[in-house]
Amino acid sequence: MTAQTDDELWSAIGDPSRRRVLDLLVSNGGVSASWLAGRVPFSRQMVSKHLVVLEQAGLIRRRKQGREVLYEVEAGRLDQATRAMADLAAQWDGRLAAIKRLAEAAHDEAKNKH
Amino acid sequence: MADLVIEREVLIEAPVQVVWRTVTEPDQMSLWFADRVELAIEPGAHGYMGFGDQGGPVVVETVEPPTRFSFRWNHPRGEEPVTGNSMLVEFTLTPEGDDRTRLRVTESGHELREWPDAEKQRYADEHQQGWGEFLDRLASVLGARRSG
Repeated sequence: MTAQTDDELWSAIGDPSRRRVLDLLVSNGGVSASWLAGRVPFSRQMVSKHLVVLEQAGLIRRRKQGREVLYEVEAGRLDQATRAMADLAAQWDGRLAAIKRLAEAAHDEAKNKH
Repeated sequence: MADLVIEREVLIEAPVQVVWRTVTEPDQMSLWFADRVELAIEPGAHGYMGFGDQGGPVVVETVEPPTRFSFRWNHPRGEEPVTGNSMLVEFTLTPEGDDRTRLRVTESGHELREWPDAEKQRYADEHQQGWGEFLDRLASVLGARRSG
């Protein structure tokens, strides 16, 4: 994965309204822009804009069914994003656990000196 | 645009002053964070954190003993860290009684910058909040799809 595509990925999912659209696609898959527009508190035009950004980031793809254009998530790409964020969160959990151990040991030591 | 924020916290059985020293003193930081920490704990101070043979610059933003400490890192060498080229790490220490401290950390700026390979080590994680909720939901749906 290149730095360029990463930038697109993170800015694509950094926006709460886009996450809402993405959420709906994750839960429902294969739906149209009009269907999405009926379920979000913003305009059909905004939905279309969000879909373009998500598609450029590789998070969703479109397919034609008759006259309709349907959107669905790209599972592999989403999975990549999910894992990267989970990894970072877990790194901080590890660091906080180490701080806890060090601080509690220092505190115990100070107590025992008294 | 809202930030993508990693937010974690831990409850520590030690007074806030002790936790503050553990979080901010460079020789302590080298025990829980980087292998090598060269940093003055004052606002605007430029320092360095080394991880094995890798490492990078870090710049202190906020120092308010004993409750708030923040720094920026992961910005390109030779550039001043600002919103958009770096991640902001913020520690908040909250005393809960005399001998107990809640320590919260947030790391923001991920959506604005490139993703460093060094951060991609694999860890299991079960306790995400906020962003984690969305990610958990995604993960469970994706998991179900893959096995289905």
